[in-house]
Parts: sequence; C-alpha cells; structure tokens
Amino acid sequence: MVPARPAPPKVLRRTRVRRSTLLGIGLVTLYLSVIVLIPLAAVAWHAAELGPAAIWRVVSSPDTRAALQLSLFSSLAVAAINAVVGTIIAWVLVRDTFPGKTMVNALIDLPFALPTIVAGLTLLALYGPKGAFGVNLAYTRAAVMLALLFVTLPFVVRSVQPVLMELEQDVEEAASALGAHGLTVFRRVVLPSLLPAIVSGAGLSFARAMGEFGSVVLISGNIPFKTQIAPVRIFALIESGDSAGAAALAVVLLLISFAVLLGLAFVQRWGRGGDEEA
Amino acid sequence: MRKRSKGPAAPISRGSGAGKYGLRTIALAYLALILVLPVGMVFYRTFENGLRPVLQALTDPMALHALYLTVVIAAIAVPLNTVFGVFCALLLVRRAFPGKRFLSVLVDVPFAVSPVVVGLSLVLVYGRTGWLGGWLAENGMRVIFAWPSMVLATIFVSLPFVVREVVPVLQEFGVEQDQAAHTLGATTWQTFWRITLPAIRGGVTYGVVLTTARALGEFGAVSIVSGKIAGQTSTLTVHVEERFQQFDLVGAYTSSLVLAVIALVIVLGMTLLRPKEAGS
Repeated sequence: MVPARPAPPKVLRRTRVRRSTLLGIGLVTLYLSVIVLIPLAAVAWHAAELGPAAIWRVVSSPDTRAALQLSLFSSLAVAAINAVVGTIIAWVLVRDTFPGKTMVNALIDLPFALPTIVAGLTLLALYGPKGAFGVNLAYTRAAVMLALLFVTLPFVVRSVQPVLMELEQDVEEAASALGAHGLTVFRRVVLPSLLPAIVSGAGLSFARAMGEFGSVVLISGNIPFKTQIAPVRIFALIESGDSAGAAALAVVLLLISFAVLLGLAFVQRWGRGGDEEA
Repeated sequence: MRKRSKGPAAPISRGSGAGKYGLRTIALAYLALILVLPVGMVFYRTFENGLRPVLQALTDPMALHALYLTVVIAAIAVPLNTVFGVFCALLLVRRAFPGKRFLSVLVDVPFAVSPVVVGLSLVLVYGRTGWLGGWLAENGMRVIFAWPSMVLATIFVSLPFVVREVVPVLQEFGVEQDQAAHTLGATTWQTFWRITLPAIRGGVTYGVVLTTARALGEFGAVSIVSGKIAGQTSTLTVHVEERFQQFDLVGAYTSSLVLAVIALVIVLGMTLLRPKEAGS
C-alpha cells in the first residue's frame, strides 16, 4: 500500500507514554489513594451498603432534610452575595486608588489564613451577646450567613481581580466616548468578560459554604430545624454513633460538591476560550 | 447611580464622581463589618481584663501541649505535601499521558470535601468498626483518637495547594532551559535542583505558605478524629473550642489570638511574595 498521510499528532502522542511517566503516575495515584480516595471510597461504601432506599430515608428524615435545605439555600445566597460584593471589591481594588489600598488587598486573603474556629469566635465577639453594636445574632440564621460570608470572602475577589487587571480599558473609553454611560458600559462591555471569573468564584464560594463547619459551629448554636447546617448534622450523627446515617448524608454532600467542581472545570475552559488543560 | 449628561469631552467619566466613591464605600464598609472589625474585636476581648490572665492562659500546660501538637502535625504534613505537590505538578505539566485532565480534577477533590466528611472518612477506614479497624486493634496500633489520624486528616485537607500554585508557574517557565541543561550533559536530578527548582521557587514557597496556614488551622476533620482528649490529642484549634465550651473565654480568646497573629503574618508574607500582582 502507498504510505498514507502521517497519523494526526494527537494519536501519535497518545501511543507514547514514557516509562518514567508511568512510574510517576503510579506514585501520585498511590499517594492520592491512601490519603484521599480510599477514605472517600469508605464513605461511599458505607452509604451503598445501606442502599438507595435507606439513604433516601436518612436524607428525607425531617431534621436532616431541614439541615440540607438550610445549607443549600444559605450557600446559594452566599454565592449570590459574593458575586455582587466580590466583584465590587475587586473593581475598587483594581480601578480605584486610595490610601491603604495595598493593606486592604492583603487583608482579603485573611479568611483563607485564619482558622475557621477562630473566624467563628471573632464573629461571635462582635455580633454575639455583649457585641459592640448591641445586636445579638448568635444562634440565628443570620449568624450562619455571616460565618459563611466571612470564610468565602476571597473567592470572587481573587478570581475577578486578575481578569479585571488584564482588561483593556480603551474599549470602555471608546464606549463612553460614544455616549454610553457608566452602567451601560459595565453591563455591555465589562461584565461579559468578567462573567466566567465571577461564576467560577461564586461556584467555589458555594462549594465551600456547603461544606463549612468550623466557623459556624460556635455562632450558630446548631439548633435542629433552625440553625443546623448539613455538615453540623453529619457531626451530630457521628457523635450519636450513627455512622451509616452520617455516611449517607456525606455522600449527598460529596455528590453536590463534585457536581460543582466539574461544572467549574467547564466554566474555566469557557473562560479561557476552550483550550489547554491542567 | 445618576445619569451623567456631560458632553463627549469627558471620556474618563467612570473614574470620577459619585459612582466611584459609592463603590469604594460599599467595598470598604463590607470589609470592615465582615472582616476587620470582628478580627480586631478578638484583640480587644483578649486584653479586656489586662495582661495577667492572658499570660496565664498562654503558659497553661494544656495550651502549650496543643501548640506543640499543632506544630508537630504541620511539620509532618507540609513537607509531604510539598514533595508530592512539586512532583505531581511536574507530571501534569511536562508529561503526556491519557487521563491527565482526570488526574488534575482528582487533585482538587480535597477542596470540595467538607472537613466533617474528611473526619468521617478516616473514622470509617481506621476506626473501631472501620475497614482496617480490626487489623489495627489486633496489632495494638491506634490511629483514630491518636496523632496518626490527625496527621492524615491534615494532609488530606491541605493536599492541593502546592500543586495548584506550582502548575501555572511551571507552565510559564517552559522546558527550553531544562533541555539546554540536558544537552550540556546534566543529569535529570541536576537539572531539577539547578534549573527547574530555582525557577519555580516562588510558586513552591507560595504553595508551602498556604499549606502551612491550612495545616495549622484545620479544625473540623481533626476534631472528629482526635477524640479531643485534652493534653493529649488537642490541637490549638480544638483547644479554642474546648476552652469556649468550658466558659473559659480568656483561654479561648488567647489561643485564638495566637492563631490570628500567625494568620496575619502569613497574609503579610503572601503579599511580599506576590509583588507583581499587588494591583497598585
């Protein structure tokens, strides 16, 4: 036969995996398995042993359902608030100048560095009984929101900031020179380019809020049907020795966060115009 | 926001006026209420009753042991995750293999798992009724309610940071200099130590700082697997909660203050490490 055209490079690349690469994949997989995958598999296994009907019974039992609902709604609200306020903060940090801006910029990362239990205690010190403003939010749903907003603050800011910095300002200037006023320029010119970053930051906020435990535990009072969120409910189930029930609810949480994580992987490709990986 | 009816001679309109100050006020007020005032309040509350009780709480043997255990756990978890992170990042950026994107997502999984679920998962593997529980008990080994499980939990939650920070730096660095070193006769090992590592040092350092912050601050996972035995398996974060539950507010605030100061140092260090993105 006549030698055909050379095979497309993609196929060529796929056939050649170096032996040292295989060894590397093996080591990385081993580490990930021991630390992450086997423990998570144990959770899935314990839940699977119960069977779907029993998982549904656990999840739809009144107190667990209430906890799951509260987690879902407050995490959605937190993601929405972060999308708006986070974008404003990023905007101010990039486009505005004022004394102490570098300091403010540095402080944005504090919620990532501050242990969550300390975050909870700090909020309790200000908004709890004997708080400075005379409001006592301790053991209310507002306190849950406050704690979740604290720990998720950096996500949207830190994902929007670099995009905003790279954005060419001449397009905006052209738009306003042509007579578009501030809000129109933002909505029609700036927002479309920021949207992938905002969605990705808000998605991370949502995932983090769904799983948050430490910052909520002190300030929420963990009252069933009122301020108990899903991770705290899991904690309560473990403490009461119902590890199967805990595993069932944990699997639901895991599925939600994996769905968000996968969705975000797509959003990131969309933001980059759909190429490259890793 | 009110309409601006200036002529086309004012193209820089977005930089001035009520809108700008409005946004600045919203941003700073939000940060003050959510972040700065609460953290400041802890400093105030800690020293509310003077210095004596604070010093007493600082030198409390339980608190000191908790601090010691926190540092030991971080000292094990951080180096392990650093070596893993650099190795994994090299693999993800420089090698071609099927399932690469899958591995990349897999590394991020710990970010998506609630600390409570991390704790539960370790109990289900190493606990009394867990997969390895029987075998461990027969051999007289204790993982749950002892430091090994606390180390495992800490490694779990802080695993992705180094990978995530090193991957983009490595992508930007490329492979040309490594190839040059290779051509000149350097071994793989020499190339790594002399060329690659110095080039990605910034990313590695940043990742290590984030890993350390997370390792020192982990609460949920550790509190579940530790059994919270005061003076034995209590880390500083667990100690904060324990003191709070015992109505020893000075003790809780003092330990919190120690952790908050560490966090502030870390945040300032991060700003120094990242000069080009400062945005000012």
